Amino acid sequence: MATISTLAYLVAAVLFILALRGLSHPETSRRGNLYGMIGMAIAIVATLFHHGMDLGGIVLILVGLALGGSVGAVVAKRIQMTALPQLVAAFHSLVGMAAVFVAAGAFYSPESFGIGTHGHIHTQSLIEMSLGIAIGAVTFSGSVIAFAKLDGRMSGAPIIFKGQHLLNAALGALLLVLVIAFVATGSPVLFWLIALLSFALGFLLIIPIGGADMPVVVSMLNSYSGWAAAGIGFTVGNLLLIVTGALVGASGAILSYIMCKGMNRSIINVLLGGFGAEAGGAAAGGATAERAPVKAGSPEDAAFIMKNAQKIIVVPGYGMAVAQAQQVLREMGDLLKKEGAEVEYAIHPVAGRMPGHMNVLLAEANVPYEDVKELEEINPEFAEADVAYVIGANDVTNPAAKTDKSSPIYGMPILDVERAKTVFFVKRGMSSGYAGVDNELFFRPNTMMLFGDAKKVTQEIVQALQK
Amino acid sequence: MNPTDLANQATATANRALELAEAARRAAEAVAPVAQAAEPFLYLLTIFLMACFVGYYVVWNVTPALHSPLMGVTNAISSVIVVGAILAAGTADSTLARIFGFIAVTLAAVNIFGGFLVTRRMLAMFQSKKKG
Repeated sequence: MATISTLAYLVAAVLFILALRGLSHPETSRRGNLYGMIGMAIAIVATLFHHGMDLGGIVLILVGLALGGSVGAVVAKRIQMTALPQLVAAFHSLVGMAAVFVAAGAFYSPESFGIGTHGHIHTQSLIEMSLGIAIGAVTFSGSVIAFAKLDGRMSGAPIIFKGQHLLNAALGALLLVLVIAFVATGSPVLFWLIALLSFALGFLLIIPIGGADMPVVVSMLNSYSGWAAAGIGFTVGNLLLIVTGALVGASGAILSYIMCKGMNRSIINVLLGGFGAEAGGAAAGGATAERAPVKAGSPEDAAFIMKNAQKIIVVPGYGMAVAQAQQVLREMGDLLKKEGAEVEYAIHPVAGRMPGHMNVLLAEANVPYEDVKELEEINPEFAEADVAYVIGANDVTNPAAKTDKSSPIYGMPILDVERAKTVFFVKRGMSSGYAGVDNELFFRPNTMMLFGDAKKVTQEIVQALQK
Repeated sequence: MNPTDLANQATATANRALELAEAARRAAEAVAPVAQAAEPFLYLLTIFLMACFVGYYVVWNVTPALHSPLMGVTNAISSVIVVGAILAAGTADSTLARIFGFIAVTLAAVNIFGGFLVTRRMLAMFQSKKKG
């Protein structure tokens, strides 16, 4: 029986790898997701036949699966695509919490996991267990904060106080001491103290990180949830948990790296937090005064110019998601295509609040994915474009990133919208972007500001185009 | 050298070999518990590192447009932790451990169903626009 279950776990692990492999192209991606589902089903069924499983236990498990499964299914069905980042953050927190509870289960019943007897758990298992609890608990509380920030239940602004990093370092050191004591004594009190302290640490690590850094945070927590699963896998000696945990951990780490590169910042810099919080006031106040007045236009003006354009590049940002403007944006694109223009969409790596957020929203609005371009691919094309339509994006278009060494966003790869003949900025007002820096593009002669809600402005352009 | 001496020498050598074998056996016995503990761990560590590499190479091939669904899938499969939860809920000898297992099964199940289904929804969007 043990051989069969090991074999089943192996099959599940291979299916999980194929699931990730399938995501290399939109065509194969659905099959990939299906592989993932089959792998999970195999893993669950194989475990139900585990030695020592009793009827009461199976009933308990099935009730849990049905209960959680129906909640998950309903949530997945109802969630709006713009709310995807907070949903993913909430899901990460569940993995973290589940890891803590599995560790607790193993701690209170070591015999059923073969890691020793009650009160005499193998030293090595205790080390692995404390890793599992700590990572799981940090994942949980960190994801809860990320969720609250993304969902607007908590201000997205960084929360910084004096001695923050010192406090975190001290708590980290204390955690290490607790782990050593726990491994030496195997005391239940220490088990829960480690969990509590890790909860606090996860909370403190995420509060100083601001809203627009969330793509990094979400990726990082994704990675943590994998390491937590792997940690539990080592504790209970389960091959499938280790392999899957490593896959997820590596995947999240790569996404974090890509997101950091998209902002030209190190992961340390992001994690230390507080980005843009201090710079905001000073930079916005001083620089604007001497600049030329901005040119504001009406949606009708924009419609007229775009009607005569050959090539239009749309640059969506988080503002588009907030305003739910993706549908009407696609309508605008369709009308312009009918007029004979070429319409493309340029996606910055960190646009939105999670990796690939904009792509999903555009896909939801039925924008063909062939029209959606990555930064490296689209940048040379701006010079040939008649119009760049920037909707809800700001910092990712700021040329200061290329020229101004003192700017906080210096070195960040940007979309070269300024090379287009005309640049439209759809914006609510003149406020600076997340990084707290002014965007000099607003003051250029070839820029026209379209003030108002992203959805409303685009709707008015659509109406003007239809006339 | 006469045959008797030769035989005696041979016997002595044989005895010496036996002694050495016995010493080796005793040494092996002494090391065995250590090896027993270290071997499965090294084995698991090897698998873990290999899986990290596999994850690394596979994920670099994922197109940036699908980064959100990638997160959905990895999030769903990380709830494979349900395996540990099932073992706790179904085989534990303490009620407390079973309760913990039950909670963990429920939490992981939210994630499994939620994660795979929301990913399916996302991917369906990427699919449908191909016709458009």
